[in-house]
Amino acid sequence: MADAKDERRPAGELEATVMAALWAAGDPQTPGEVQLSLGTGLARTTVTTILTRLHDKGVVDRLRQGRGYAYFPVQDAQGLTARRMHTELDRDGDRETVLARFVAQLSPDDERVLRDLLESGEQ
Amino acid sequence: MIALLLLPLVLPFALRPMARRALERLTPVTALWLLTGTAVTAAGCTLAALGAFVLTGLLRLPLFASLGELIHPLRTSYGGLVPPAAVLSAGALAVCTWTLTRWALHQSRAFRAARTQAGCGPVAGDLCVLDSAHPDAYALPGRPHRIVVTTGMLRSLDAAEREALFAHERAHNAGGHHYFLVAAELAARCHPALGPVRDAIRLAAERAADEAAATVVGDRRLIARAIARAALAGQSARSRRPDFVPGATTGPVPQRVQALLAAPRVTHRTAACGLAALLIACAVLSFAASATSMIDVHHRVEVAQGEEAR
Repeated sequence: MADAKDERRPAGELEATVMAALWAAGDPQTPGEVQLSLGTGLARTTVTTILTRLHDKGVVDRLRQGRGYAYFPVQDAQGLTARRMHTELDRDGDRETVLARFVAQLSPDDERVLRDLLESGEQ
Repeated sequence: MIALLLLPLVLPFALRPMARRALERLTPVTALWLLTGTAVTAAGCTLAALGAFVLTGLLRLPLFASLGELIHPLRTSYGGLVPPAAVLSAGALAVCTWTLTRWALHQSRAFRAARTQAGCGPVAGDLCVLDSAHPDAYALPGRPHRIVVTTGMLRSLDAAEREALFAHERAHNAGGHHYFLVAAELAARCHPALGPVRDAIRLAAERAADEAAATVVGDRRLIARAIARAALAGQSARSRRPDFVPGATTGPVPQRVQALLAAPRVTHRTAACGLAALLIACAVLSFAASATSMIDVHHRVEVAQGEEAR
């Protein structure tokens, strides 16, 4: 019963449910862990699909764990923008060209920030 | 005429005991509609009555009498009472305008800030998460509707309770409860006796959302637990969200939890209908009294302007 009811819910509500579980957990979660913490009749494949969709939207990030991924929420607005830029980069086949063009179009101020960041990384 | 104009000013005091009973005898949604309708009518009639007092007072001054093209003095019953009534009404209207404007400005600023804040954070579906240790949750109306929950709140509830909380907030948005709350807040600022009615409207909105959430989740006990826990978690600090944005823990939480844990009450149909009729009667009476006196004022002004008395 519960399975049928949960699978029928609108996609937006399921995304909210999974997102809330990630935030409540506090550390990166695999789809299996999310499914376990929700304790509802959501199939693991459904949880994986939703996590992938959230990742595509850039609101969660993931790191490799074993054969799969562990997901965690992106913390702040700046992190969110950075994630979206990554998603765009990943989408294009020619990553290097995109990066080169991106840097070529930076304003002088942006360039200075980037240089400072690189220098602080070298020290 | 003056006696009729006093009726809309006095009637809101009678609404107070009725508002309390409405929540006991009517379903939350019915109570929400009836109370809001009555409160708005009562507030509107209050303003109209005050305006009529000020108008009759002004038309007795030579300057305004000539502006209004009066050729005879304006005749009213209890003529001696008109100047003090006009002065008092002008004062009341000024206070009213001041508090309404201040509230509207303050609230629209708070609302814009809340929308901006919600726009910055990560959004999944209709859920917007604010990274804050202070537990808070509320329904934020707008395009599209959002439910805003802090990480502090998410962490203090278990998975089932979080779903219950979301269902409650979604019910607020789906029911358009913010319109009722705005109307109630405005009405309460027009007449001091409508303050308790506003509180009853707030509680009715929360109860309506609780019941809707209970239907969605299918477990009244779970909703009760989630609300109780959310209230205990969020007790420590006040949130800065706008007044008309319905939160998870608005209103007297023990009362809401009690209502959820009790079996759905079977109210007597006649008692419910009686109370509903009484509330509607109050609104109609208020409206009729101010409409009649408006027509009367208009007629008297026409007579003073030299038209033949009918």
